[in-house]
Amino acid sequence: MAVREGLLALLNEGPSHGYLLKTAFEAATGDTWPLNVGQVYTTLDRLQRDGLVTSEDGDGHKRYTITAAGREELARWWSPVPTDAPPPRDELLLKVLLAVEDSAEHALEVITQHRTTLTRLLQQRRRGAPGAGRANLAGLLVADALVTRAEADLRWLDLCEARLLRARTTVVPPTTNGDRDG
Amino acid sequence: MAERAPSTPAALEVRAIVKRFGAGLTEVRALTDVSLRVEPGELVAVMGPSGCGKSTLLHLAGALEAPDAGHVLVGGRDLSTLSATEQAALRRTDVGFVFQCLNLVPSLTAMENVMLPMELEGVPVREARERARAALVSVGIVEQLDRFPDDFSGGQQQRIAVARAVVGTRRLILADEPTGALDTMTGDAVIELMAGLPAATGAAVVLVTHEPRYAAWADRVIFMRDGRIVDEASVLPASFPPVASTAVVR
Repeated sequence: MAVREGLLALLNEGPSHGYLLKTAFEAATGDTWPLNVGQVYTTLDRLQRDGLVTSEDGDGHKRYTITAAGREELARWWSPVPTDAPPPRDELLLKVLLAVEDSAEHALEVITQHRTTLTRLLQQRRRGAPGAGRANLAGLLVADALVTRAEADLRWLDLCEARLLRARTTVVPPTTNGDRDG
Repeated sequence: MAERAPSTPAALEVRAIVKRFGAGLTEVRALTDVSLRVEPGELVAVMGPSGCGKSTLLHLAGALEAPDAGHVLVGGRDLSTLSATEQAALRRTDVGFVFQCLNLVPSLTAMENVMLPMELEGVPVREARERARAALVSVGIVEQLDRFPDDFSGGQQQRIAVARAVVGTRRLILADEPTGALDTMTGDAVIELMAGLPAATGAAVVLVTHEPRYAAWADRVIFMRDGRIVDEASVLPASFPPVASTAVVR
């Protein structure tokens, strides 16, 4: 999906060839998002079909140029996306919620296991990350993104643990209209 | 971490320690049967929710408090066999502390703060000055060494505190939330600095933190809950296949 807009953003800087666009895209993404040439040409064909780029032959290569409609499409893409998205429905969330349904102990066990695995992943990413002194900016930003996203899950697991521990120590007042022994 | 001969004493070893606070109905067990071994040249992070006992563990490791049961050994020396004077000497010479509240002496310059532990040990002033300068340079503080702590930014003050903790021949560095008030990039720089200490000096570092990003620098991450160690994450050997082949959560 974003490859399409990525190519438009690169073409907004000036006309280019398919292979040059592939290498420019990979450089801009810190070499973390490899593209195959076929994917690039397929995407360019669709952009041309939709009137967002034009092409002309020269030197045996097609040279692509962004159109006014392409610039408008790109401007829309840069605009903020709505932030009222529905709650995340990922597997980690589901596992913790269902474990809580079972018992607090089960939930704490699930939290511990996942936190350990995620921390190990973070340790590996930390070691695989380029040093601040020798990496390009794109590489650093991508490494930061990987670390901060793992951090977000870990923080959430920490919060789950804290809430479970607090709930465990909070005395629940006896219910007066329960369906057992009241 | 390299294999070590079994005879090499651990930088820190805690054996089945118990620590209680209060008594009777108000008794709180801060640590229950905690055992941990940290080798020279190893960086271990300790994580866990508030009240899990991680700071207490650090205080016991640094002979700032004594356990109610169990043993703490620093460099193979059982702290329970040392007199109060010997424990104080160990804190000055073998163990370096870095805390969130920096504990820099505000009326002493950066240089004097780093020289202080050496002066207490009777190191000649000229030698103490040279070693303090080298320690400050190693943490990136290379000028204005005659300025007072308040003249430095928070990140620079923490670097000075790290320099003071590592100056001399410390075998064990104990850090409790050393990035507390720092922004992320400054905190990263301080932790990167501390993460380089084991390789540079052979010291072991025990880092208490609630920040996963900083814990991830460690060779091992220990998780605590309710005064016990509940799990541990160890980094895999460098030869291990990269992330894709390991257990990934989702």
